[in-house]
Amino acid sequence: MSMAVYHAAVATLLLGAAAIAAPSQAETIKVTIDRLAYAPAEIEAKVGDEIEWINKDSLIHTATVKGGAQVLLPAKKSGRLRLQEPGSFDYICRYHPNMKGRITVRP
Amino acid sequence: MTKNLKAAATAIALFIGATGALGADKPTDPQIAHIAYTAGVLDIEAAKQAIAMSKNKAVVEFAETMLRDHEAVNSQALDLVKKLNVTPEDNDTSKALSQAAETKRQELAKLSGAEFDRAYVEHEVAYHKQVNGALETMLIPAAQNGELKSLLETGLKLFQGHQQHAEHVAAELK
Ligand SMILES: [Cu+2]
Repeated sequence: MSMAVYHAAVATLLLGAAAIAAPSQAETIKVTIDRLAYAPAEIEAKVGDEIEWINKDSLIHTATVKGGAQVLLPAKKSGRLRLQEPGSFDYICRYHPNMKGRITVRP
Repeated sequence: MTKNLKAAATAIALFIGATGALGADKPTDPQIAHIAYTAGVLDIEAAKQAIAMSKNKAVVEFAETMLRDHEAVNSQALDLVKKLNVTPEDNDTSKALSQAAETKRQELAKLSGAEFDRAYVEHEVAYHKQVNGALETMLIPAAQNGELKSLLETGLKLFQGHQQHAEHVAAELK
């Protein structure tokens, strides 16, 4: 599957889920990427919340959950992910695997 | 394998040797800028060779990342030297790096398919290790200008990421 198709598929899934699940008090949690680091590196959220990664670098990064969702974060752009299930998720950048973050999602 | 290790060891020896050739004096900012920029250009050239030669998806994606990232960092480096009014100065370390890269390029050009992929990715692991070692022990400590030092520190984090990425791809190819 091409990268574009993969992203489109993920986006569709997320949008579909968001339409069904978004609770009224869902929040957007911002994570900034500056010089190859997610800040804050660890965040807590609840199902239905959305994470927005703001990429300040001139490099393309991703937020990639192993075996799960992947959000592409172009240089100087941001990307979003709606959280659909509870759990603890470690993620990395696909291109710079030394970039590490964690999301803990409460039900 | 032995040949690759030997080539990597030779490259590192060249690097250290050339570093020594700069004398007891630490490299100056214009020399540091030249070395860092050259290291980026050489990896861009290696990436172009891999994109042209390889049919492996993971290898091509890795090479495209090298091309994109090193171009981005080098363009930041150019902006910085312009702003600081520093003229990058050629030196023995830059020359040794370029020479080692040319030898490697010719060696890789004789390979194809999976053999090329493995040799390219193994060399990328070794090359990033070598450059990261130089950044940590020589270039960053020697840098006088704060902004140059900071760009080198970001470069180190980026190249450490590249090294890990290359190691992952190398493991996939085994
Ligand atoms: Cu990244």
